[in-house]
Amino acid sequence: MLRSVGAEFQKVLTTRMWWLLAIVLVGYVALMSGGFGAFLGWAAQNPDAAASAGGNTAIPPGVELAPLLYSFASSIGYVFPVLLGALAVTTEFRHRTLTTTFLAEPHRTTVLTGKFASQLVVGALFGVMGFATSVAAGAAALAAFDLDTGLDSSDTWALVGRGILAMALWGAIGVGLGALVPNQVAAIVIVIAFTQFFEPVLRLVSSLNDVTASIGRFLPGAASDALVGASFYSVASLGASDSLEWWQGGLVLLGIAVVTTVVGGATTWRRDVS
Amino acid sequence: MGDGTTIEITGLTKRFGAVTAVEDLTFTVEPGRVTGFLGPNGAGKTTTLRTLLGLERPTAGTATFGGTVYRDLERPFETVGAALDAAFHPGRSARNHLRVTATAAGIRSSRVDEVLEQVGMSEFAGRRVGGFSLGMRQRLALATTLLGDPRVLVLDEPINGLDPEGIRWIRGFLQSLARDGRTVLVSSHLLSEVQQSVDEVVIISRGRLVRTGTLSSLELDASPRTVVDAPDRARLAAALDQAGLEYTEGRGGFIVAEPDPGIVGHAAFVGDVELSSLHRLKSGLEESFLALVGEGEGEA
Repeated sequence: MLRSVGAEFQKVLTTRMWWLLAIVLVGYVALMSGGFGAFLGWAAQNPDAAASAGGNTAIPPGVELAPLLYSFASSIGYVFPVLLGALAVTTEFRHRTLTTTFLAEPHRTTVLTGKFASQLVVGALFGVMGFATSVAAGAAALAAFDLDTGLDSSDTWALVGRGILAMALWGAIGVGLGALVPNQVAAIVIVIAFTQFFEPVLRLVSSLNDVTASIGRFLPGAASDALVGASFYSVASLGASDSLEWWQGGLVLLGIAVVTTVVGGATTWRRDVS
Repeated sequence: MGDGTTIEITGLTKRFGAVTAVEDLTFTVEPGRVTGFLGPNGAGKTTTLRTLLGLERPTAGTATFGGTVYRDLERPFETVGAALDAAFHPGRSARNHLRVTATAAGIRSSRVDEVLEQVGMSEFAGRRVGGFSLGMRQRLALATTLLGDPRVLVLDEPINGLDPEGIRWIRGFLQSLARDGRTVLVSSHLLSEVQQSVDEVVIISRGRLVRTGTLSSLELDASPRTVVDAPDRARLAAALDQAGLEYTEGRGGFIVAEPDPGIVGHAAFVGDVELSSLHRLKSGLEESFLALVGEGEGEA
């Protein structure tokens, strides 16, 4: 078992995909967290100018800026561990390397468990990189406008910890998705389309009505934001008032990861390799 | 396990939907010699090997290493080294490919540089596999099989894509592995390709066993024949028919089931046909192989 985890870890580190995705993650999060932070800081100092410029830029009262900015690491960055997790599985089909993989470890469940565990770790590493970036960029922006960075608050660091956990779980969800959809192109299209389009739309639409809102909070992205405890979605979407408890959000993500991996492992993963 | 392991295929059948790839196949492969696993493309060689290695599930029958299926072997990589399709992640270097595989199989990483040296690839170790020729991939696949210093080697078309120097190298290499007492099974769709390196042959065609035995027993089968050609093949055919000689048309002329060129020449003389060539076919091995697997009778 440990051998498989180690080998899967090596597989990630011996190809270029992980650091390409890591660079994009860091750049994207720095831009959003720092840029958004600078904009909000400027708006807070110049309320009149902001009102005349954009009108509706005022932050609702009671919303703390620091958690909002820091959570960008997971609220927009979660797509990266999912992609890497899915690629860890689909690459083996695409390049026909499953043959060698199953010759080295003929117990297929062990191999898939190794992928699941190693992608939890890789996802957590992406979480560390993402939050290091969002906290650095966000805090710098807030400090520049003399706003509270929240760095001395234990709540902030609890948020960071939960965010890293969320990123880890997203990595495992990617493995499950890859096992369900071994076609690499299809898996990538699903990840991008779902995370960047369908889910945001569904979350917005479902928040318009109480009944759908209670279902909508179980959407994976919503559950992830609930686990982290903050997200720009909670500001952006109109009435998403009651999200799940953080631990419920975590259980939803874990459930998705386990169910997809088990179902994929019992179907495509067990097929003849020819 | 000092004396190698025997490959045992017993009543093996594999169907894909309505298509039967392998049917009731039974043979054994003994240690200490190189066995050629031969048959035309689509005969079921790869399916048999994949079933033996636990990558495909048999519909019926068993394929084992001395009674144990691959996945139940204590340390599979240290018992069996198998190279099936020389497929690698193009972005990973040769050395890293071997490292990853060694980790997964529980083999000490110092073996990586040893096997690279063994197949003569040390200088390419740091290069990404994406830029490799088929011949270099074949060598890397072979290096992978050697990681665990296994007693059994199963190689699917290992000569495919090798240059003449590589072919000569692998022939000697396979022989030296067998001399160490290992079991070596090498598949090929061309007998001539492995003729100089195998001691035994297992020949299958359309999923069924057609022949097992030593290479020399196959040679005895190859009865001498005569090759004859003429500028006007139709007239030659008529003359051969007239003389009651049996023949098949090949690229270089007619192959006549008659060892004496004199008799064939006489038939042409009687039929008043001008000949462009007339000679005895020396090695009928490839022909007898083709006759066994049913090529030349219209099957592709």
